[in-house]
Amino acid sequence: MRFEHPATFNPIDQLKVVGHPTSRIEGPLKTTGTAPYAYERHDVVPNQAYGYIVGAAIGKGRINAIDLAAAKDAPGVLAIVTADNAGKLGKGERNAAPLLGGPEIAHYHQAVALVVAETFEQARAAAQLLRIDYSKADGKFDLAAGVDGAIAPKPSFGGPADTAVGTFASAFAAAPVQLDARYTTPDQGHAMMEPHASIAAWDGDKLTVWTSNQMIAWGAGDLAQTLGIPKDKVRLISPYIGGGFGGKLFLRADVLLAALGARAAKRPVKVALQRPLMFNNTTHRPATIQRIRIGADRDGTITAIGHESWSGNVKDGEAETAVSQTRLLYAGANRMTAMRLAALDLPEGNAMRAPGEASGMMALEIAIDELAEKLGMDPVALRIKNDTQVDPEHPERRFSQRQFVQCLNEGAARFGWSQRNPKPGQVRDGRWLVGMGVAAAFRNNLVTKSGARVRLDQQGVVTVETDMTDIGTGSYTIIAQTAAEMMGVPLEKVVVRLGDSDFPVSCGSGGQWGGNNSTAGVYAACVKLREAIAQKLGFNSDEAEFADGLVRAGNRSVPLAQAAGQDGLVAEDAIEYGDLAKTWQQSTFGAHFVEVGVDADTAEIRVRRMLAVCAAGRILNPKAARSQVIGAMTMGVGAALMEDLVVDKRHGLFINHDLASYEVPVHADIPHQDMVFLDETDPVSSPMKAKGVAELGICGVAAAVANAVHNATGIRVRDYPITLDKLIGQLPEVG
Amino acid sequence: MRAFSYTRAQSPAEAASAAAHTDNAKFIAGGTNLLDLMKLEIETPAHLIDVNGLALDRIEETPDGGLRIGALVRNTDLAANERVRRDYAVLSRALLAGASGQLRNKATTAGNLLQRTRCPYFYDTNLPCNKRKPGSGCAAIGGASRQHAVVGVSEACIATHPSDMAVAMRALDATVETVRPDGAARTIPIAELHRLPGDSPEIETTLQPGELITAVTLPKPVGGTQAYRKVRDRASYAFALVSVAAIVQPDGTGRVALGGVAHKPWRVEAAEAELPRGAKAVTARLFADAKPTQDNAFKLPLAERTLAAVLREARG
Ligand SMILES: Cc1cc2nc3c(=O)[nH]c(=O)nc-3n(C[C@H](O)[C@H](O)[C@H](O)COP(=O)(O)OP(=O)(O)OC[C@H]3O[C@@H](n4cnc5c(N)ncnc54)[C@H](O)[C@@H]3O)c2cc1C
Ligand code: SF4
Repeated sequence: MRFEHPATFNPIDQLKVVGHPTSRIEGPLKTTGTAPYAYERHDVVPNQAYGYIVGAAIGKGRINAIDLAAAKDAPGVLAIVTADNAGKLGKGERNAAPLLGGPEIAHYHQAVALVVAETFEQARAAAQLLRIDYSKADGKFDLAAGVDGAIAPKPSFGGPADTAVGTFASAFAAAPVQLDARYTTPDQGHAMMEPHASIAAWDGDKLTVWTSNQMIAWGAGDLAQTLGIPKDKVRLISPYIGGGFGGKLFLRADVLLAALGARAAKRPVKVALQRPLMFNNTTHRPATIQRIRIGADRDGTITAIGHESWSGNVKDGEAETAVSQTRLLYAGANRMTAMRLAALDLPEGNAMRAPGEASGMMALEIAIDELAEKLGMDPVALRIKNDTQVDPEHPERRFSQRQFVQCLNEGAARFGWSQRNPKPGQVRDGRWLVGMGVAAAFRNNLVTKSGARVRLDQQGVVTVETDMTDIGTGSYTIIAQTAAEMMGVPLEKVVVRLGDSDFPVSCGSGGQWGGNNSTAGVYAACVKLREAIAQKLGFNSDEAEFADGLVRAGNRSVPLAQAAGQDGLVAEDAIEYGDLAKTWQQSTFGAHFVEVGVDADTAEIRVRRMLAVCAAGRILNPKAARSQVIGAMTMGVGAALMEDLVVDKRHGLFINHDLASYEVPVHADIPHQDMVFLDETDPVSSPMKAKGVAELGICGVAAAVANAVHNATGIRVRDYPITLDKLIGQLPEVG
Repeated sequence: MRAFSYTRAQSPAEAASAAAHTDNAKFIAGGTNLLDLMKLEIETPAHLIDVNGLALDRIEETPDGGLRIGALVRNTDLAANERVRRDYAVLSRALLAGASGQLRNKATTAGNLLQRTRCPYFYDTNLPCNKRKPGSGCAAIGGASRQHAVVGVSEACIATHPSDMAVAMRALDATVETVRPDGAARTIPIAELHRLPGDSPEIETTLQPGELITAVTLPKPVGGTQAYRKVRDRASYAFALVSVAAIVQPDGTGRVALGGVAHKPWRVEAAEAELPRGAKAVTARLFADAKPTQDNAFKLPLAERTLAAVLREARG
């Protein structure tokens, strides 16, 4: 189905099932521990052996030799895979650094060997017996030092390296109020609960991998490409995923090494990345250095806005597109953005929840707060003043929906923003200095092809099959709701099967595109199935109504089960998009409000209250969507206050590579969180009239926290995370 | 993890003797620290002596009104003990500030005292660390040292001791009871249990090889207002950047021990004479020989301000 024109009334608009806060249909499996995650799939294939990955001990250099003798002789060892014996390997389209290193080492903890043994313990013990002789080379591990040699990256997903409208330099110079500030965001790890894990089994030249991956078709394609085998010989199965946040978008070492290990050991092999390896072996959100310049008239009108960002990556890696939202969020006649990419030898940087947007908004939304302070203006009012209903670079492109101002106003009213004392450092509650902060939430809606197959059987059960994944987001449930709505059956009559490369290719889970596109794909397949049913019954398909398990036309009505007949009916289709994303700017908006307490003695920062008001198209399931935003707000607190992959610039690694030292928020860090969706349907986005939700929730949170800290203390921290050591020297003396 | 053999000890003396006479043996109690280190091959014992069966899990009154805490008393039980909560509140609070509920259910009194540093370089066997591999160098010096010690450091090591419990015990003047491999018992004042790193950071305590901790004794209660304040980046489940254990008497005298600043709980009795003059005067003495790194210099003002807050609250 091609989606070329804004949607009109369609069966989804009935909202009998869609739009309801349905609990997860797979929830009972998860809460009883019976949802099968990759590493636990003991049942799928017998005789599984265990693989243990050895990561490179240096940040850059070469392996001179690997002595396997002691490890080979260790109890239980079945095979050892290294680059020497793995055969010729290609590289996946979406991988920058090779997943199996040697002799060249691209980054610390790059996999250099897999030891396969009868038990996990034997594999782990033998892995320690490998004697690897390295030659260390000098690497580039310092982003700040790389700024000077940084180059303009190739245009990518996140836009061109440079953009310019009007005359930024002169407009900025002429502006009566100017802000020019530098911000930094650190490298961050996904730190999802479930590590990357895979079981691989060969049957002749056919390979099946039970894994944990957000994008099945990408993974299957890149695995085939890396192994140099046809794509149709590879099957990836990933029905349950214990978190990904972008860390499982791509083929990673667990999959490749399980496949190579299984080939070498001649039996199925399971591999999970050990936690201490995850931070350097896999991808991460790259650090940025950002400069923001904003010029404004005294009434707050922005006349010039410029955003530059520097990030680093390994060879073939991309830039963190931190400037992208600045191109669209606020009005202003004169604008520029620039991205530069430094060559670094740290592990590969890649997507993490709202890649680019989250990092950019961390800086931009402090900058707006700083500008408001300079103007003596309320930061909510300043944002409203500079709202735009059109793409500022291309005024002929309107936003399909833009309820940013409504989000700000609604949030301000609900949060009690009027109680905020604009003068920093004035509010005290016992030992706490209290402050409030606000920031915009802003993330674009991405549309992309997505397919599904729908089957109706003799029992009247509708089965949906698509390679879409559920990474904890609620895909199972919203897909079931969509199919139930379209086919006029109760939810109990829908079976959803996901995450299998044998199923039609979907959009997958990433970039907050999963919900809208995957359900639109199911919509398309259901439309086809409805036509097939109508045709079989001799109904005019335009007149046929699907409700209560029946299909009706005129005064005839037939139960779906009967319509299916003995052989059932199957339909497959995909949603494909025309130009609506070009003619309209499709985005999601929100406003984050945060209240923090800063301990007047110790400078410890604790969030006291949070509210997000979001407008993100039709909310297909308010319960699941709310969970996404609440989770994203939590992650935003982590980004604001603690998350920091600390670079050791001498050895070239992230040194805090476990969950004891890479801190993410715990329950005690997260106070009362509230979130509200504004009513919205966006017919431009898809037949579902929905948009992305999950990544909107993280964009801006950290800046709202930073702004609240400033309001509490008067201290402006521009380098994340905002830890107490950055405040303590500037707090007033204590007696 | 390397393969190891395993036995259950029948008596403290037998455990100590077995430990001294078996190559590369270690005791295992709750295992919450030791097993993690074994998985990473930072600890590689060839033999484990399980002491959990020893009847060292009681808390008893001593004749002078103090408490004798068995080496195997779990952190959870110790924190919840009525006498501890009433008379040694600093200890109960310190315990509850540590780790998580699940870990405290397993963690023992002796194991907690002997837990090893959380220096990230100690945890990465690819990198130099004098404590893990004597003579290899100290990667934390010149590296990421935000968590590290600011006082009592050496050229060889700047690690901290991570225990909260030990800091409170230091303020309480606890005594450690042991059995040596020859069966003889001895007592060690807690001030003398942990060592500064000097040029042998791999030797962390004054225990002899095979020496088994059997109990920790607290002297009779000293009264006063007791506080334990732990400062960290997140609200729970994190090691201290700085912690303050304080016992403040109505007359303004008292005791102070700091955690997160040194290779052992940091207490300087002479500094306590300054208590009536306030936190600045006390910390000036506590940190007289401080050698912070650029990353962790904030710990000096942080400790001072935290102590000031504790004193203010204690004095009401
Ligand atoms: C994620 C995490 C977070 C933590 N957070 C904190 C924290 O915030 N604050 C804090 O204080 N601690 C914290 N801990 C550490 C925890 O308190 C210790 O792991 C625990 O106290 C160790 O006790 P155990 O009985 O398990 O010791 P084990 O691991 O069994 O043993 C530790 C050491 O003591 C030796 N040993 C044990 N018993 C005896 C004995 N009777 N005589 C002689 N030697 C003995 C062992 O040989 C071993 O060397 C944390 C631990 C983890 C894993
Ligand atoms: S500080 Fe101590 S524990 Fe850390 S690397 Fe240096 S020697 Fe090792």
